[in-house]
Amino acid sequence: MATTKIYVPRETAAISVGADDIAIAIARHAKETGANIELIRNGSWGATWLEPLVEVLVDDKRIAYGNVEASDVPALFSAGFLSGGEHARRLGPINEIPYLINQDRWTFWRCGLVEQLSLDDFRMHQGFKAFEKAIEMGPESVIEAVKTSGLRGRGGAGFPAGIKWQTVADAEGDRKYVACNADEGDSGTFSDRILMEGDPFGLLEGMMIAGYAVGASRGYVYLRSEYPLTHSILTRAIAAAHESGWLGDNIQGSGFDFDVELHLGAGSYVCGEETAMLESLEGKQGIVRYKPPLPAIEGLFGKPTVVNNVVTLASVANIVNLGGEKYASFGVDRSKGTLAFQLAGNVKRGGLVEKGFGITLRELIDDWGGGTASGRPVKAVQVGGPLGAYLPAEQLDTPLDYEAFINIGAMVGHGGIVVFDDRVNMAQQARFAMQFCAIESCGKCTPCRVGSTRGVEVIDRIVAGEDREGNYDLLVELCDTMEDASLCAMGGMTPYPVRSVLKYFAEDFSSAVGADE
Amino acid sequence: MTHEPYNKQTASEIIAGFDARPEMLVQVLHAFMQRFAWIPEDAIRQLADELNLSRAEVHGVVSYYHDFRTAPPGRHIVKICQAEACQAMGSRELSAHAVASLGVDMHSGNEDVTLEPVYCLGNCACSPAIMVDGKTYGRVSTGRFDDIVASLGASS
Repeated sequence: MATTKIYVPRETAAISVGADDIAIAIARHAKETGANIELIRNGSWGATWLEPLVEVLVDDKRIAYGNVEASDVPALFSAGFLSGGEHARRLGPINEIPYLINQDRWTFWRCGLVEQLSLDDFRMHQGFKAFEKAIEMGPESVIEAVKTSGLRGRGGAGFPAGIKWQTVADAEGDRKYVACNADEGDSGTFSDRILMEGDPFGLLEGMMIAGYAVGASRGYVYLRSEYPLTHSILTRAIAAAHESGWLGDNIQGSGFDFDVELHLGAGSYVCGEETAMLESLEGKQGIVRYKPPLPAIEGLFGKPTVVNNVVTLASVANIVNLGGEKYASFGVDRSKGTLAFQLAGNVKRGGLVEKGFGITLRELIDDWGGGTASGRPVKAVQVGGPLGAYLPAEQLDTPLDYEAFINIGAMVGHGGIVVFDDRVNMAQQARFAMQFCAIESCGKCTPCRVGSTRGVEVIDRIVAGEDREGNYDLLVELCDTMEDASLCAMGGMTPYPVRSVLKYFAEDFSSAVGADE
Repeated sequence: MTHEPYNKQTASEIIAGFDARPEMLVQVLHAFMQRFAWIPEDAIRQLADELNLSRAEVHGVVSYYHDFRTAPPGRHIVKICQAEACQAMGSRELSAHAVASLGVDMHSGNEDVTLEPVYCLGNCACSPAIMVDGKTYGRVSTGRFDDIVASLGASS
């Protein structure tokens, strides 16, 4: 009897809602019934709302079953699951699901598709083709392609990647480094995680290309400790790449040496800031550095360092493969290419949607997200993590592009979109923004360290009805100070969500709220 | 997760596994946490000696990061995400339920369980999310929370 391939994701979200139990149940049931199956652990396609999403390969088509529970397994087998049989959980072929096929999967195209830790599968899906092409092109042409693509840092700051790479390539240094920022701390974001769990070799390839382009022979991944599964997958991927000669000295006879070391963060949000991350990589407290010098000139251990986010690095392979112009054909104006938007919070169909810039929040939340999970009206949407503005329903037609968002006092950031329904009290959210800053501030600069605590107090006074007008003015002044005088985005952008609440949801300050914690 | 009490010999072996590189301090501390569950004062002294750092430097790093404990935790560690995506799906109510049902406050605990906030588990499309003994759970209603806790045998 032929072997039937069954895909069950080994991915944090899928496992958090039972994927491992399903894998066990499928294996057990197959054994009991004598069915001949091969269980493949892939990453997630990013349609998180359908997790656990199980696929069965039937005549070259992967038939998907969504929201499967371990208790469904016997019934699925009885329904002819192994030949794609009809069942309430059956969604049809994976490549016909609208949520997925209407995306522009430039960077995430292998996620879900391939067996996460199989180098053979990776190689069969163009793996390391871009690295080989980069070696043929030479470093200058690789950097040119990245410049042409218009790729900007996907961690949130949006700095042009090609210019950063050029700066590091031109910088004097006996050693240079590539430091991958995988400290994905913004609430509402999980694209780095989905990429690292679904296509870990894809990240390594991006780092190798970056290293080759700038003349670095050592790379670091700084991964947040809240991602233990990602840590285990990346550890195994790095070891597998080493064993097969895709990392180490003279990679595949190319003459290029490159090693990757994986470091774990330790629960500090501010370590997502690039200089704090470098301090932490050096084994120290994650305290922000003054800039200049830029990390591109004096970065890790004082050496020129490319600091890029996971998605930035992983986007480069296809830029090398298909050309910078092709990537730049997605997107709008100065926001070229695609972004992996992440629909989160109170949304019916949460997950990852990779689309060209220019799509609106409304399209994402309604067409992909299907509105709120609660079915109630949308009251506010926070874009770009805890330092991003809260936008009211009237602003949902703003196109997602870096500049359009800056123009309305907001930011696209890392592409996280957190939806709240009409039960949220926005004064409580403004208070939380200040409180979070107080908890996570590295403490180096006064506006952030002290301002955040004073911010919580001032908001409490406004809500308590104490000299409302005076305290309101004081809060605005405090926001000005934090924005103008903080050392990094932690203190400098905490005012964004606070101001947006003052601007769009001021009425919530007059209704009582409870304190967090 | 099984832990053993801190002992100098094991700690030394762990440090040697990182070639006693001072820049590996954060990574060594993670390895200590995995092995010993917390970082006692003696470990700080030893790290300073063997990594050629000052005690102040090691203490500074231990106290800076949320992950490193300087007191033993309960047998089980329950972390509840308090960040925005989970707030939008009722994490405040879930936290209140956890405090009431476990009988411990946030940031505290007893021999059985330690309850802590966490700011994002990256499971924001399955909010609210919690982490129990290093394993992430999504779509955690109060009922599901009770089931997860009951399965640990740590329910009060």
